[in-house]
Amino acid sequence: MAKVEIIIERCKSCGYCVKFCPRHVLEIGQEVNAKGYEYAKTVRPDDCIGCTICGQMCPDGAINIYR
Amino acid sequence: MELVYTRTKTLQEDKVSGFCPGCMHSTIIKLIGEVLEELDIVEKTTLITGIGCCGLHMDYVDYDEITAPHGRATAVATGLKRTNPDRIYYTIQGDGDFAAIGLGESISAANRGENITVIFVNNAIYGMTGGQMAPTTLLGMKATTAQNGRNAKEHGYPIHMCEVLNQLTAPVFLARCSCNNPQNLRKTKDAIKKAFINQIEGRGFSMVEIVTSCLTGWGLSPLEGLDYLEEKMFPEYPLGIVRDI
Amino acid sequence: MAKVLMKGCEAIAEAAVRAGCRFFAGYPITPQNEIPEYFSKRMPEVGGAFVQGESEVASVNMVYGAAAGGTRAMTSSSSPGISLKSEGISYAAAARIPMVYVNVCRGGPGVGVIQPAQTDYLQATKASGNGGFRMRVFAPATVQEAVNMTYKAFDYADMDRNPVLILSDGVVGTMMEPVELPPMKSDDEIERIKESKKKISCIGHPLGERVWIKPGVWDTIMWENINKDAEKLYESWADQAEWESFMTDDAEVIVTGYGIAGRIARSAVEIARGQGLKVGLIRPKTVYPFPYKAYEMIDYSKVKAILDVEMSIPALFLEDVKAAVKERCPISTYLRSGGNLVSREEMVSRIKKLASR
Repeated sequence: MAKVEIIIERCKSCGYCVKFCPRHVLEIGQEVNAKGYEYAKTVRPDDCIGCTICGQMCPDGAINIYR
Repeated sequence: MELVYTRTKTLQEDKVSGFCPGCMHSTIIKLIGEVLEELDIVEKTTLITGIGCCGLHMDYVDYDEITAPHGRATAVATGLKRTNPDRIYYTIQGDGDFAAIGLGESISAANRGENITVIFVNNAIYGMTGGQMAPTTLLGMKATTAQNGRNAKEHGYPIHMCEVLNQLTAPVFLARCSCNNPQNLRKTKDAIKKAFINQIEGRGFSMVEIVTSCLTGWGLSPLEGLDYLEEKMFPEYPLGIVRDI
Repeated sequence: MAKVLMKGCEAIAEAAVRAGCRFFAGYPITPQNEIPEYFSKRMPEVGGAFVQGESEVASVNMVYGAAAGGTRAMTSSSSPGISLKSEGISYAAAARIPMVYVNVCRGGPGVGVIQPAQTDYLQATKASGNGGFRMRVFAPATVQEAVNMTYKAFDYADMDRNPVLILSDGVVGTMMEPVELPPMKSDDEIERIKESKKKISCIGHPLGERVWIKPGVWDTIMWENINKDAEKLYESWADQAEWESFMTDDAEVIVTGYGIAGRIARSAVEIARGQGLKVGLIRPKTVYPFPYKAYEMIDYSKVKAILDVEMSIPALFLEDVKAAVKERCPISTYLRSGGNLVSREEMVSRIKKLASR
């Protein structure tokens, strides 16, 4: 089992995590953070394999991954 | 469950970088932080930033930093390294900083074989100041100071800094990479680590040129920027190790 | 202490080494070439580092870097080279970096001439770079003074955490005179000085205790406060100006000049006194802070005229003299430039004319 945690205020809605997640766990949501960015969120949390690619590709370190 | 990945603690915890969404300056400073932690040299390291978007790191990293005048980071690094040889000094410079105003310093520091690490962020444009043409701007690429696109007759050709420095005898490591996908990201981190290890071992001048997108300057979205890198930037700036001795 | 015959430039470099300077970067330019040359030989002898930079711009930035790392560091140049260094010096002043630099002035503007002059007075004392920062500026008239001022400059730089300028000229720089050299600081003392600056030096610190060398920031309030701190420093120097007054008590004419012009003026005063003329000399040793007090001490009921002597056309030092004299007495000038020296004979004849009015 693995889990992705988005640090909402760090997300800038760039979409890299969504694009590079091999399991399409993430998508850009409709909710916005304090700066007005629609932050990423997990839509298929159970598919996460904890490969950490989303976290690595995220420029701002807005994603913590647990395994 | 155990935390297996989080942002490097070499960045100030409460800070979010000032970079544009998708800007890989942020990615690069994160990778460098991870490398510094893995090599256990954070407490010996000082970042020398140039002027430009690379200057935005100064208020973001949690280790020593000094800002150099535009183009002079390698000279500042020279002074620091020569007087504190056991400390680690690295510069982060954009294409204006490293290949335009600082071209003299860049080539001279490399030619002297200064035992420093240079991280050169090549996004083919002046980002901080709003999208002017850089020495690395591609032919045909529009910029606020080449509004009909760069043309060789008037603006000369894109400059390839790895190859330029490869003419010199002293440099020990010259690599060009990108963070545009997970595989290249890993290669970039390996190159950065190699450049720092060279410095730790006193082997001499190392430079890592990281080809990135400038989304605001290019007028593209982050994902479109990735495509532009593949279609336009990499053909001009081929990725790979240029020198590793 | 025994005296040794030394050329000005070399004596300045030796004084710096004895003061604990362990990094020098510079670039060839007449008439200061002997400074980098001397350092290139001497630094390895004392475990210091020397770099001939690819330009003055690179050199000043190497020194800005080394100084920001806590090392006592120095650069030098002549006039056009100093212009090239002005950005680096402005950065050092902005980030409060202790750095010493020397201008062995030559005729300007532009490439001018390679012969000595005093055409950089305003650049040195009013605006050595952008941003309105100030510096202590010393103006040696002899090789001994150049040695003493350079030696002391490193203490001032560390004390103030600010750049310090030695405003010399091609005469003092290239002539040889017997000098008494100051004591060599021990390696332990030099290490202790560097250690004392650890908390403000970018040599690596644990996370959370980082040193951030700030020649500029994004936050306007932060920067305004930094400007205010600097202003307090500059104001604290007001009563630390230094000058030489010579035979001014009963003087009816006062000659005033700094550096080599001031020294030649002193000879002229002696000659004129020998001819029964009541003439005195005021020679600023620091041209920033400017010794206004020296001109306050003049008895304007007795003094008929002041003769400003400079190797600069147009006159530059004159502006500060005017500010000090406040129109309490007429000021005339004797100026040479283009690398020509002022002459004692000409000064004496002008003193005579002024005294006979």
